[in-house]
Amino acid sequence: MAKVELKNLSVEFGAFKAVDDVSLTVEDGEFAVYLGPSGCGKTTTLRAVAGLQNATQGDILFDGERVNDQSPSERNIAMVFQFVSLYPHLNIRENIIFPLKARGMPNAEIARKLDWVVGIFNLGDELKRYPGALPPGTTQKVSLARAVVRDPAVLLLDEPLSAIDEQFREEMRWELGHLQRELGVTTIYVTHDQREAMSLADRIVLMNNSKIVQVADPQSIFFNPNSEFAGNFIGSPSMNFIDLSPVANGFRLGESKAVLPTEAVPEAVRGAARPIRLGVRPRDVQLLAGPGTVRVDLPIEDVFSVGRERYFTFRLGDEIAQGVDARTRRDADTAINLRPEGLMFFDAQTGQRIAANGAVL
Amino acid sequence: MTTTTEPTPSQAAAMRHAKAKDRKKSSGRLMIFGFLSPTLIILLFMVAYPIISLISYSFYNFSALNPHEGYKWAGLDNYSYLLSDSALWKRFIFTGKFVFVCVSLQMLIGIFVGYQLQKAFRGRDVIFTMLMMPMMLSPVVVGFLWRYMLNSEWGVVNYLLSGVGITDVGWLSQTTPALFAAAAADTWMWTPFIILLATAAFRGIPDTIYEAAEVDGASPAYKFFRLTLPMSAPVLFIALILRLIDSFKQYDLFFALTGGGPGSSTETVSFAVAKLAFSYFYTGEASALAVILLFIIIGLSMILVRHLNKMGEKY
Repeated sequence: MAKVELKNLSVEFGAFKAVDDVSLTVEDGEFAVYLGPSGCGKTTTLRAVAGLQNATQGDILFDGERVNDQSPSERNIAMVFQFVSLYPHLNIRENIIFPLKARGMPNAEIARKLDWVVGIFNLGDELKRYPGALPPGTTQKVSLARAVVRDPAVLLLDEPLSAIDEQFREEMRWELGHLQRELGVTTIYVTHDQREAMSLADRIVLMNNSKIVQVADPQSIFFNPNSEFAGNFIGSPSMNFIDLSPVANGFRLGESKAVLPTEAVPEAVRGAARPIRLGVRPRDVQLLAGPGTVRVDLPIEDVFSVGRERYFTFRLGDEIAQGVDARTRRDADTAINLRPEGLMFFDAQTGQRIAANGAVL
Repeated sequence: MTTTTEPTPSQAAAMRHAKAKDRKKSSGRLMIFGFLSPTLIILLFMVAYPIISLISYSFYNFSALNPHEGYKWAGLDNYSYLLSDSALWKRFIFTGKFVFVCVSLQMLIGIFVGYQLQKAFRGRDVIFTMLMMPMMLSPVVVGFLWRYMLNSEWGVVNYLLSGVGITDVGWLSQTTPALFAAAAADTWMWTPFIILLATAAFRGIPDTIYEAAEVDGASPAYKFFRLTLPMSAPVLFIALILRLIDSFKQYDLFFALTGGGPGSSTETVSFAVAKLAFSYFYTGEASALAVILLFIIIGLSMILVRHLNKMGEKY
């Protein structure tokens, strides 16, 4: 187990900066998830930690010791790759013990380790089979077994579940989270799937355009995104973004005639001279008024039910925004109700969040 | 109460239909055979006829030089004569040595160079093209080429050796140096073939396999022997089979390089077949020897192909 520190890490491919000045500390035993869209630099960061990719600048430290110049095997990390990387000519048993054999561990020790890991992953029936004969879910399970069998200091997972079908993915995700807590191994996990990140992470490291956008635990990043990107990337359905333009009694919502009353916008935010954009999650846009909700006169365009919930859309000029409510309303749908705690304000130019006290997050 | 079952009209129609279908099926088969027959007949003449006549000649005392003397039935005499001839066993031993030296050298060098060439670098394609050139030459040309290079008086090899103080090596006038000279020529000619196949096999192994092994703490040697070689084994095995068969049959290289000499010490089995057939015109005996050679090669191939199939079952 180890603490992993990245200090001003940059990785360049020619003129392209894949990772740009990333600093982060992953605590001993922590489950950190790098989340971001394709090409944001999360996998490159992971490969740099693994030693499969050279850092152009900056330091990588394991427990305070600089490991930039160490090979992957010297770093005592284990890694599970996105695409199956089991050795096709070796059976499952030989695959799992490969790292132990490669390091010259005595046979008795290997047998003990194998028993232990086979018990955890319930792979007893598969040991004699070859990777080609197993479904993708099981092969990733074997990859995971091969990774943890030798007590790595750091476990690195590069989108391990993305090649698995939906049903099995859910199950694996649950098992993975359980396993990590049980082993207490420092884990860095890369994914573009926000649900995986939200359900697994102790902390989410949100990346975009080669840089870290926000580092926070799943709850904070959901309820307190520091930027439009964070607000937009996390949460489903996505956050509505609506431009605000000041009028006599408040702020006009986008291209519509509806007005957000002045008192719904914190004073410090109002004072900011920059153009402001409102961010509000669909769950905070409701059909029925509740305690403290802000009423905005906007006709409902369309309502459709998904199971227990009702999704509805409303029009702001050319743009369509969305709301979700479990309850139904019988009268004419001519207004929406915004929950005040769900209103977030962003600098329309930079995309940065403006906090209620006027500070830019 | 009808106990005898008279087919109803609809059943009768079904039966008629089924019969028509059967007729159609058999006429279809006839048609397939009709379409295939030209090829089959040509194949029969091109492949089966020579082999069958070869086998039948081997049971006769017969010389192509004096066909008017006709065939005398010899039974297994040709075979028993050949197999009790110690000179022939020497040919087999020499051929075995040659095959062993050639194939080991070619596989070792081929795999080594192929491993180096799997990484892309500037000029690799040029190297590949140049490597292909020896393969395109006729073995007789290669034989003469090496014969000139190895000439004990004015050959370039001895000229270069004289620079380090070694003089007058009679490469082609002693049995063991001649064996190695021939093996060197064959290796020069055919190692590129192994390099080509090995490189293709090595490049077929995905990078993530090596990355996983790197992370797993495997040393370069461990990776090579536990991953690279076993994973490319099927292809390397095919290369091995082809080279085994081919070098076992080697004749023209020796014809040009040593002429079988000194004495008859560098005659391979194929060389002996050619000599029996076209120098002495013992057609029956030559046929018998050719049949023996054929069965050895078929046996060898069958063992190796069975092994190859076993390898394939794993994946």
